[in-house]
Amino acid sequence: RNMSLIIFTSYSSFPPQSHHASCTSLYKKPFVESFEETPLLVAVLTYMGYGILTIFGYLRDFLRDWKFEKCHLAREREEQKDFVPLYQDFENFYTRNLYMRIRDNWNRPICSVPGAKMDLLERVTPDYNWTFEHTGNVLKDVINMGSYNYLGFAENTGTCADAASECTVKYGVGVSSTRQEIGNLDKHEELEILVARFLGVESSMAFGMGFATNSMNIPALTGKGCLILSDELNHASLVLGARLSGSTIRVFKHNNMQSLEKLLRDAIVHGQPRTHRPWKKILILVEGIYSMEGSIVRLPEVIALKKKYKAYLYLDEAHSIGALGPRGRGVVDYFGLDPSDVDIMMGTFTKSFGAAGGYIGGKKELIDYLRLHSHSTVYATSMSPPIIQQIITSMKCIMGEDGSTLGQERLCQLSENTTYFRRRLHEMGFIIYGNNDSPVVPLMLYMPAKIGAFGREMLKRNIGTVVVGFPATPIIESRARFCVSAAHTREMLDKALNAISEVGDLLQLKYSRKNRHGNEGSDSFSFLESHQD
Amino acid sequence: MKHAHAQSRDSVKMAAGQQWVLVEMVQAFYEAPAYHLILEGILILWIIRLLFSKTYKLQERSDLTEKEKEELIEEWQPEPLVPPVSKDHPSLNYDVVTGPPSHKIIVNGKECINFASFNFLGLLDSERVKLKALLSLKKYGVGTCGPRGFYGTFDVHLELEERLAKFMRTEEAIIYSYGFATIASAIPAYSKRGDIIFVDEAACFSIQKGLQASRSFVKHFKHNDMEDLERLLKEQEIEDQKNPRKARVIRRFIVVEGLYINTADICPLPDLVKLKYKYKVRIFLEESMSFGVLGEHGRGVTEHFGVNIDDIDLISANMENALASIGGFCCGRSFVIDHQRLSGQGYCFSASLPPMLASAAIEALNIMEEDPGIFRVLQDKCKHVHKALQGTPGLKVVGEPLAPALHLQLENSTGSRTNDLKLLRAIVDYSMDRQIALTLARYLEKEERFLPPPSIRVVVTVEQTQEEIERAAQCIREAAVKILK
Repeated sequence: RNMSLIIFTSYSSFPPQSHHASCTSLYKKPFVESFEETPLLVAVLTYMGYGILTIFGYLRDFLRDWKFEKCHLAREREEQKDFVPLYQDFENFYTRNLYMRIRDNWNRPICSVPGAKMDLLERVTPDYNWTFEHTGNVLKDVINMGSYNYLGFAENTGTCADAASECTVKYGVGVSSTRQEIGNLDKHEELEILVARFLGVESSMAFGMGFATNSMNIPALTGKGCLILSDELNHASLVLGARLSGSTIRVFKHNNMQSLEKLLRDAIVHGQPRTHRPWKKILILVEGIYSMEGSIVRLPEVIALKKKYKAYLYLDEAHSIGALGPRGRGVVDYFGLDPSDVDIMMGTFTKSFGAAGGYIGGKKELIDYLRLHSHSTVYATSMSPPIIQQIITSMKCIMGEDGSTLGQERLCQLSENTTYFRRRLHEMGFIIYGNNDSPVVPLMLYMPAKIGAFGREMLKRNIGTVVVGFPATPIIESRARFCVSAAHTREMLDKALNAISEVGDLLQLKYSRKNRHGNEGSDSFSFLESHQD
Repeated sequence: MKHAHAQSRDSVKMAAGQQWVLVEMVQAFYEAPAYHLILEGILILWIIRLLFSKTYKLQERSDLTEKEKEELIEEWQPEPLVPPVSKDHPSLNYDVVTGPPSHKIIVNGKECINFASFNFLGLLDSERVKLKALLSLKKYGVGTCGPRGFYGTFDVHLELEERLAKFMRTEEAIIYSYGFATIASAIPAYSKRGDIIFVDEAACFSIQKGLQASRSFVKHFKHNDMEDLERLLKEQEIEDQKNPRKARVIRRFIVVEGLYINTADICPLPDLVKLKYKYKVRIFLEESMSFGVLGEHGRGVTEHFGVNIDDIDLISANMENALASIGGFCCGRSFVIDHQRLSGQGYCFSASLPPMLASAAIEALNIMEEDPGIFRVLQDKCKHVHKALQGTPGLKVVGEPLAPALHLQLENSTGSRTNDLKLLRAIVDYSMDRQIALTLARYLEKEERFLPPPSIRVVVTVEQTQEEIERAAQCIREAAVKILK
């Protein structure tokens, strides 16, 4: 009993993530984030699981090579057999042997609006996920906990859809030219003025793809002799943009302000490596909400650091624009800060606005420079008019300028849904990562077999979830990720929560050791006991 | 001798019993020669010194005091985030198009005939395409709210991929949501650090970005010069013979465009295929300008030359020119294309193409398949425009007669690129005043590896009538005479 107590206290919950006492005044409301540690037993079992899968993987590869087992992989052409192989066998080991087994959890085709409920096309596989066949059946009204539909603007009826229809009839669908040539429509200018007003910045610029916004504009802003400080868990587009720019990149620990400050100090004091020349400029890359962790950036502290060390801040609000803040203006609004403190505000229109594309907002000099030097304005086709119209209508709705209170209602609904969903999951005993206010909710699964099992069991109960494993997450921290939407009603959330709880009991996912309402220590004991059976 | 004697005695005693070993060791110690003991003593002292001395830091040690560091931090001034841009920069204010960019386009308030949008098959204002897009909008809404892996795969995407694969007669196709990102994501998915890519000098910017992202060795060969390419390949062969083990794992690729956007000419595909089998390199073909233009059925440069499509490892094109939609696709054998579904960055980490744009592309494909005569019409018009623009005083026509997007360059440059651009812009303005919409070809001057000379882009579409083409040619001739004298 004493041993168990010791284990319990060592893994017990820690108080809400504390920050430096001196910085408490920067936060207007409590900043509550938690990333509970992986229980030791679970970590060991996870590694064992991967070890067993790897051994089986080698065995199956051996059988396939020696033709004992039928090989479903596509093969190189006969005429090109003596070319250097296009793929090295080891590169695809993970894909062939681990990913293939649970491949049916991804790329699920849908045939309706990706709203709160969706219709999935039924697929069956006769050969363990190597090929899929569509039976022709449709799974109707599957609750959608996977699409990035935070404010519920993914709809095919209503003002947005009507406005987009009108625009399609008037303008057509394509543009077939770049912004600098003859692809700059009046609609683009209208959109940019509106986005600048929405964000509270001087001016803005819109691009056709969110990923490309990062990968094409960061190289235009920094180059050789500049330093980029990028968060550990930044999105692939930010990493690609930083690489393509040719600047030196240094990585700081996720959301860790001490690590960032140390890097800043070292950079300014020592200058460029080896020559010790001073850096031309320092750019800090952070995201508003990190979609795999559910954490929110510590923006007040980052801005304080940026001002102290004269660095520039690039804020990628792909998930947070429209989803955070009392007026939906993103993470700057959430913390009650001044938008002019952030040098470059970037975001996407895919998530909260139900359209596609990205934007960059900032001072007029910045945007004028980008109008001339961004790769996208010179070489990439401009945005399609009906997409622009969807963004304009949804943005006006959020701002309340269309005359209704629909925008404000949706913002409140999203905030309520988020709080309710997180609280219930926490009470049930799952390990949930991230900030209490973030609509992205990662639920830890850890073990590889549970990834596949969770996805399939939830689909059996008519709920569509997203599960993520390596390489998008560290190898033992695979998770299921829920995206709460303003379109979800209380009934849908309850139904989803009941199903999650059922599956959680079935798969023994309730790992959390924190004090839950009521049950003080017994839950931790019961968890230990159940594993000793 | 004493040492040898001690050794033989040792071996005897070892056999006798272990308990004597310690005694024997001490005796051997006494009987060892002096130099041996001194050497061992020095080594032991050295080890002790190393154990207790401070670790040697390879990176620079900071000898600065805290105060000095604070001063350095105070003094450091960064450059401004962006260099200032002058208000009169010629490209700062874009031409504004009011209304749809169709055949009759309203630019800066003036209604003009469109000779500038890449609307080769005239599908931008097709009523059928608009109707299908509307139906799709009513069914799916506008956005997809997710990447392909997470409920962003719609049945229209799967249908479009199937139709494209069938049209191009390949096994599989994969679609991207942005034309620029297509080839820029495809190249790094296959070619990694240490691989070798041979690319034409006139390759477009998205190919250059793909090459940069792949971190491979890039070797440029002169534009459309097969001898130069063969020379590079031979050099590589010699390198390979020096190190055959390494050569067996280095992948090699040739990246070319079917119809080059910068020079408006066609690549010599049959010669490339011969080189492919001779030197064992794979070919990636970028067909943005030639898809829906060349060939009897619009299948591109492979149909134009009659090359077997399986000989080309990967064909990439964007759907923003002939198909008048948004996005891009890659097609080829499943062995090659399937890899991109997990390692194409622009595919995995980005939201998928909005379904209404995919439906528009499917309908455009339908139109292309129903009426293959349209390609003949386009090719005739291209030849016509090419002929009509010949003989313009001061301007030369760059491009093949079959190319739908020609360049008009100055015959005699003024010496400075800015002045050349001013003259060409004056010609464009003159034409726009007379209701012919043209545009300058735009480049990022500092980023392009081989910057093409300044030029005016003239685009041919099927909707242009004989009379309009004559009028445009006449207008350009007048402008050239007036401005370039």
